[in-house]
Amino acid sequence: MEHTQSRDACWHSRHHSKMAVCIAVIAKENYPLYIRSVPVQNELKFHYTVHTSLDVVEEKISAVGKAMADQRELYLGLLYPTEDYKVYGYVTNSKVKFVIVVDSSNTSLRDNEIRSMFRKLHNSFTDVMCNPFYNPGDTIQSKAFDSMVSAMMVQAS
Amino acid sequence: MADDVLFEFLHMEMVSHIYKDQASRGEMEKDRATCVSTLEGMGFRVGQGLIERFTKDSPSFKDDLDVMKFICKDFWINVFRKQIDNLRTNHQGTYVLQDNKFALLTQFSNGKQYLEEAPKYLAYSCGLVRGALSNLGMDCVVTAEVSLMPSCKFQVVIQKI
Repeated sequence: MEHTQSRDACWHSRHHSKMAVCIAVIAKENYPLYIRSVPVQNELKFHYTVHTSLDVVEEKISAVGKAMADQRELYLGLLYPTEDYKVYGYVTNSKVKFVIVVDSSNTSLRDNEIRSMFRKLHNSFTDVMCNPFYNPGDTIQSKAFDSMVSAMMVQAS
Repeated sequence: MADDVLFEFLHMEMVSHIYKDQASRGEMEKDRATCVSTLEGMGFRVGQGLIERFTKDSPSFKDDLDVMKFICKDFWINVFRKQIDNLRTNHQGTYVLQDNKFALLTQFSNGKQYLEEAPKYLAYSCGLVRGALSNLGMDCVVTAEVSLMPSCKFQVVIQKI
């Protein structure tokens, strides 16, 4: 059976409603600790998208500093929409950023679902940090982290 | 509850092991500094992981003072089962955290006996604080001083780049 990588919006939203096309973890020094994207051929484009989203993240973080106490959330929300994608951000207290990119045509993905994806990322990342074989600042090589991310990404055929 | 003392025992063994290891290789003076940095380094890595876990559900910190208050309350309670008793600052990046009954020193003495051994047992905790602050984006130097056990003071000096 052949699954074509069709960009047909209906097919996407029916089969991949809770999935991202790219997930990245960025260190506080703004280099990637982990980046996965689907399909793999578009990897460079996603690297670029995530890189440009960091400016928006910085902007939001500094805005939060001046905002009221109860708005100091870790979830940053929609960073910016492009023609094809929507980019969401999240910052931990250790200034590690998570970026999730989803297909624009994916309208069924709700805010609280994105929040729960970020929670899962944060929980797994905390586990990675507490792993004695992980050196903070290195790229993430944990298989457990990999499989958590795979479960959140669009399946490549 | 027995679990309270588990870490205290482990810590005592850690210090004893590091010093025994170095002693068997001769050259006392140089080794003392290495032992302290080894212990401090261990604390550093643990502090980084711990702070990631402890701040997972808390909102982002407003400023440095907010972070120090978190260390004095939530962090200290989670690790040493009590809060810091006194926090002082010069509002220019130096903070002094005073613990009147530091959990890792209570077994030693109630005064000055064994005072010269105390620094060995504070190195790990200094590293712990340094690691925690480093992961929150605050690079600092943490030192500890003891004059009357089990009370001790940790001095945190934030490094300005």
